[in-house]
Amino acid sequence: MAMEPKKTPMPTQDPRERITNFREVALGYTPEDARREALRCLNCKNRPCVEGCPVNVNIPGFIQKIREGDLDGAYEVIAATSSLPAVCGRVCPQENQCEAKCAMGIKFEPVGIGRLERYVADHHNAASVPPRKASSNGCKVAVVGSGPSSLTCAGDLAKLGYDVTVFEALHAAGGVLVYGIPEFRLPKSIVAREVENLKALGVTVETNVVVGKTVTVDELFEEGFRAVFLGTGAGLPMFMNIPGENLVGVYSANEYLTRSNLMKAYREDSDTPIRKGGRVAVVGGGNVAMDAARTALRLGAEKVTIIYRRSEAELPARREEAEHAREEGVEFLYLANPVEILGYRNFEDPRDPKNGAVTGIRCTRMELGEPDERGRRVPRPIAGSEFHVPVDTVVIAIGTSPNPLIRSIVGGVQLNRRGGIVVTEEGATHRAGVYAGGDAVTGAATVISAMGAGKTAAAAIHRYLSE
Amino acid sequence: MFRIETKEVLNDTIYRMGIVSPRVAKKARPGQFIMLRVDEAGERIPLTIAGTDPEKGIVDIIFQAYGTTTKKLCEKEAGDEIADFVGPLGKPTEIRGQKICVIGGGVGCAIALPIAREYASVGADVTCIIGFRSKNMVILEDEFRSFSRRVFVMTDDGSYGSTGNVCMPLKEMLEKGEDFDRIIAIGPLVMMRFVTETARPWGVPVSVSMNPIMIDGTGMCGGCRMTLKDEYGRPATVFACVDGPEFDGYQVDFDEVMTRGRMYADFERHSYEKTCNLFRAADQAKKEGC
Ligand SMILES: Cc1cc2nc3c(=O)[nH]c(=O)nc-3n(C[C@H](O)[C@H](O)[C@H](O)COP(=O)(O)OP(=O)(O)OC[C@H]3O[C@@H](n4cnc5c(N)ncnc54)[C@H](O)[C@@H]3O)c2cc1C
Ligand code: FES
Repeated sequence: MAMEPKKTPMPTQDPRERITNFREVALGYTPEDARREALRCLNCKNRPCVEGCPVNVNIPGFIQKIREGDLDGAYEVIAATSSLPAVCGRVCPQENQCEAKCAMGIKFEPVGIGRLERYVADHHNAASVPPRKASSNGCKVAVVGSGPSSLTCAGDLAKLGYDVTVFEALHAAGGVLVYGIPEFRLPKSIVAREVENLKALGVTVETNVVVGKTVTVDELFEEGFRAVFLGTGAGLPMFMNIPGENLVGVYSANEYLTRSNLMKAYREDSDTPIRKGGRVAVVGGGNVAMDAARTALRLGAEKVTIIYRRSEAELPARREEAEHAREEGVEFLYLANPVEILGYRNFEDPRDPKNGAVTGIRCTRMELGEPDERGRRVPRPIAGSEFHVPVDTVVIAIGTSPNPLIRSIVGGVQLNRRGGIVVTEEGATHRAGVYAGGDAVTGAATVISAMGAGKTAAAAIHRYLSE
Repeated sequence: MFRIETKEVLNDTIYRMGIVSPRVAKKARPGQFIMLRVDEAGERIPLTIAGTDPEKGIVDIIFQAYGTTTKKLCEKEAGDEIADFVGPLGKPTEIRGQKICVIGGGVGCAIALPIAREYASVGADVTCIIGFRSKNMVILEDEFRSFSRRVFVMTDDGSYGSTGNVCMPLKEMLEKGEDFDRIIAIGPLVMMRFVTETARPWGVPVSVSMNPIMIDGTGMCGGCRMTLKDEYGRPATVFACVDGPEFDGYQVDFDEVMTRGRMYADFERHSYEKTCNLFRAADQAKKEGC
């Protein structure tokens, strides 16, 4: 049979249509699409894709099952090493992981592994019944946070019979999956379903508990918890430290996305306000920046510009997200960096309600210099190249670092220079019985690596408590 | 869901509610706050903890019904439930000094009360100045009197207590040589700024309690950020929800806080009117029904 050189395209909502709603953009493979794509897998002997996967999913194995028409079998293969496949299939940066290594990719486009993973997971979720509770071993474990690392750790421990309680600071469980990643990329019903499954496994989910404030880790031990997992994420937004950053209309991406996703500010019936319309600039080039820019469009912005200090080739976002953003009409201003945010000021009338509102950004042009130790070319400002971009709203999406509340959460754990929790390969902190994983350890990373860390820690906690 | 155990009307627009939340009741210290959400469509808003009963697991909040969320909240009755209630957040008041002047303006008195009481309970000499628009707005006077050495009540229109604003008795005392170790001012931004300016010539430390727009209240969004300027005018950005809510009045950039506070003024007006209309329509329907 002739080799299909290109991936089977993903059906999507039309760009003109989709910027008027918050529904999912990628609609998912049809059974025919999936079969066709599965046939592109060469099933090669040395399976480079498996190595490319941070949790080593047996990729050729599950694709083989799709070919055989055994979707339940395919799901089982994935579930052996991964949780949350419906999420990972949608949000993993496959082009840097499994698909980067795919042998097909040497000559043609790689196999659409993520799309197939999503297909299998969606099929499973549509039909499956909630999991059953394992018989309890009476041993209590506390899981702090409810992002992908925590959900995975809690699930694995519950399946082993542990009596798990998840403590989440916000009013909804899911971490970044509910407050950060928008509905049009990851429907919240998928996250809610994962949380429901956890509850069916016997996990107690207590929202509105800020560990360190509402209850400390020491008190959790006193309450009878025998081990604690910290999956508190990297929630602290970074700012640029340039003049004008506190003007009215400047948001961190966390604030902007939390208003829209967690608080549903995009809906008419929500009491939470958000700035809508106008000209919006988003600073940064990662997934977070793409999410913010595309949210702005859907909130009715006339014009959305992404300002990124490197060039297109260096964009850290998933390729698909940048493509979707472009299709939807987001403009990209490469090799530019803000130096000041400008605001309105009526000197005649200090009570003018427009005082303090953003009017524009002063940027400088950048050029790429020599590669740094990680191989990325370092951007340098070009002297005398400043220019002005008129905008009404600015969203700063230049990164986040681990939640600083960690210090007040627990004594005895050590933090590294960037505020990340120091752990062993097994996820153990310096304090006995306290484990950690995900963005709280690595700094902002990926769903799959957080999930992997949750799995590793669950196994380590089980060994620790079985000793 | 969190149950409303008690509801009490303090004046025309100010209410006190006791919410059942044993974990918060056990942990709360004066000066800390909670975030709540009334229902699924609701906004998350911060409210300072006005008192606790750890035994019964109850946390008191005092609020003025002036926005959508507080309007929705005041329509709830004892026995009803609200969707979310989380805390205690922020840093507790640091008890520093022996001779203290606590100043509260309007609903800010609710926040000032537990702080003043805490000082009194460690044996400090507490003077309180509480200010209101007029007589029918006065709240918590007896409670302040129960532990303070002196209480000045001020009303703008002179309908009760003395006529004028809270800075007047403060200035008089300072001029007479009253040597306060610290002044704690809690109320509208203009009032806190004015108190700071009044105290400046004497160099008395002033603590103010900031209540900017917040979302998560855990340091995750930066929406509550504000600029502090140290004595050399060097700016630093802080997050009110984790670094505050109490700050050194001399360091706060009040202009910026006021500007940022108006960010959603239009939206709020709209949404408030919508909410009021809804309640009005419901009332009407009830009347017509019987
Ligand atoms: C907008 C956005 C888009 C992204 N897109 C992608 C993508 O496309 N692909 C991808 O792989 N990754 C993406 N990421 C990154 C990915 O979401 C994170 O790496 C991942 O969610 C980290 O998981 P986690 O379990 O470590 O923590 P988080 O998901 O950050 O969850 C931490 C949770 O802990 C809670 N918490 C914190 N402190 C406390 C406390 N003291 N007590 C109780 N609870 C606490 C927080 O409220 C939060 O809910 C994106 C991130 C963002 C912000
Ligand atoms: S309210 Fe979000 S950081 Fe303070």
